[in-house]
Amino acid sequence: MYTKIMVPVDLAHVDKLEKSLSTAAKLADSFGASLVYVGVTSALPGSMGHTPDEYREKLEDFAKAEGLSHGVSTEALAKLDPDVTADLNRALLEAVDECGADLVVMESHVPNITDYIWPSHGGHLASHAKVSVMIVRG
Amino acid sequence: MSDDIDEQGIPAPEGAADIIDTEYEIGQDNIDGQVGPFGFDIHNPVFLVSGLAVVAFVFYTLALPEQAGTAFSWLFGAVTKGFDWFFLGAANIFVLFCLLLIVTPLGSVRLGGAEATPDYSYIGWFAMLFAAGMGIGLMFYGVSEPMSHFSSSLGGTAAEGGVRTDWAPLGAAAGDEAAAIRLGMAATIFHWGLHPWAIYAVVALALALFSYNKGLPLTIRSAFYPVLGERVWGWWGHCIDILAVFATLFGLATSLGFGATQANAGLAELFGIPVNDTVEVLLITGITAIALISVLRGLDGGVKILSEINMGLAFLLLLFVLIAGPTLAILTGFADYLVAYVEYLPALSNPVGREDVNFMQGWTSFYWAWWISWSPFVGMFIARVSRGRSVREFVICVLLIPSLVCVLWMSVFGGVAIQQVVQDGYTAAQDADLPVQLFKMLDALPLAGITSLIGIVLVIVFFVTSSDSGSLVIDTITAGGKVDAPVPQRVFWCIFEGAVAIVLLLSAGGLASLQSMVISTGLPFTIVLLVMCFAIWRGLRAERNGS
Repeated sequence: MYTKIMVPVDLAHVDKLEKSLSTAAKLADSFGASLVYVGVTSALPGSMGHTPDEYREKLEDFAKAEGLSHGVSTEALAKLDPDVTADLNRALLEAVDECGADLVVMESHVPNITDYIWPSHGGHLASHAKVSVMIVRG
Repeated sequence: MSDDIDEQGIPAPEGAADIIDTEYEIGQDNIDGQVGPFGFDIHNPVFLVSGLAVVAFVFYTLALPEQAGTAFSWLFGAVTKGFDWFFLGAANIFVLFCLLLIVTPLGSVRLGGAEATPDYSYIGWFAMLFAAGMGIGLMFYGVSEPMSHFSSSLGGTAAEGGVRTDWAPLGAAAGDEAAAIRLGMAATIFHWGLHPWAIYAVVALALALFSYNKGLPLTIRSAFYPVLGERVWGWWGHCIDILAVFATLFGLATSLGFGATQANAGLAELFGIPVNDTVEVLLITGITAIALISVLRGLDGGVKILSEINMGLAFLLLLFVLIAGPTLAILTGFADYLVAYVEYLPALSNPVGREDVNFMQGWTSFYWAWWISWSPFVGMFIARVSRGRSVREFVICVLLIPSLVCVLWMSVFGGVAIQQVVQDGYTAAQDADLPVQLFKMLDALPLAGITSLIGIVLVIVFFVTSSDSGSLVIDTITAGGKVDAPVPQRVFWCIFEGAVAIVLLLSAGGLASLQSMVISTGLPFTIVLLVMCFAIWRGLRAERNGS
């Protein structure tokens, strides 16, 4: 049913993403699909690397490790953006087309009052992506 | 692996881009968590100390307005008068340093590594750096400064006990109209030309180099790494960053306050709207609200679009004044003033043994301190949007082109206003209060209603872009150089700026005394900038040797 599943990840907070990561891996396993881990980074030095290259390496290592532990085929896609905080939704939407995924599985917090002012990234992706989006409550 | 990143071809850390090997991990001193539904990720102690210090200073100026006013204006006088030679000398060094970078081989180093491509087109980039750098000042000083220097030069010199009491630049030009125009325009261009842009260029280049090429966080302290080493991550660095937050926040708040006063004056002139606190508070609230939307939309969807709109509008206004005014006289004036600038430059920038003390301390020294106190904010913003440019390209575009645009702007607006006085005997602009001078000048041209409205829109949008880019800068510094901190933090700083501006506006003399204090921060920052020149030199040489 699905061949490629995109999983947006925040490398700095992988510990909080356990549920969506294992959900995605189980889905990939049962559909025989591959996983694409997507991370968005700024060109400026950040906690996850001094250069975009370092960030990309970390994301690739992460994808490899996930693939080994869940026994599914994985790849990584690092997107570069000048203002991640503001452009994350747009960058993730672009990534969906870029990696050719037919399903997105992502973690999102339980909605609260702030979602009325600025919707969660998961909510935005679900409203705007052309493919199915599965939101996993963390 | 993504093709997207491959095309960027950013060199690996061990390659040409010479990453500084430091124990420091970006974000290691940060605290993150939730306050209610809002997430945060802030640097400890920079966020807390600067936030609390701002609140404390606001309370001080409110609780003891007279004492604070006296203290700050004393400090301001002591700084601009006692250190005039230092400001003038340092600014000259910055200009020479930048010009040197253009001609030396170091100019070929590319920000972000040899293969990096720019994030923004020339137009978007240029619009942003211009809007952040001077936008608003040009609206208000474009008419009034040339006029002021022209009048004082024409008035000639006056002395009391061997000390000059007039405000004319250099030796003045008593009674000689043509000479007074040239001297007045040269002095204005001097204050808006190479020197201020060299100040911005130094800060921006230092930050861009140490972040994009050396892998250090995007905060002011990073430029001190070659001097302080690992100590920059401790209290030395905290102090530098706190000072930068301080200067940026108060600089923005005072500008917002004065901007609201000035926009109100324009609205009163145009629509007869009363000039009072309520209107000004509403203006600040409105400007902050628009800035908030722009902040939420980010660099691409917010600041960049607004800057481009403003550049377009400003260009149209410039074109209109050029055509509606005495076109030929302005154009010949432009060339003539440029020559006059070059001619008077050595004398105007001479830091010692000057006779025109009032001009040198009250204008030049004040301006230099002012540009320098703004430089952490403008410089950091320019750095943020300048990845992928070569150092030579960067310096030419941040130093030479904006300087030329300023010459053109001043020649048109100041030139027309002076022509109105000299040729037509129309002195409404000359006699008006500073905020209204631009509108009085436009009054004498056709379609004054429309052009004045454009003028007010320009003023407001320039404030929005300042408030917006300022929030981004403060947020980044107080997040320890993290550019992906949660959105509520930007919102917090944006609202905080507006709130500080309103509180100071409502207190008598609050804005003016704080402005004095902000300008006084120019003194420590001059030393910061001198160190940055050294750091840039060292850093660029390492890049060249490494590649």
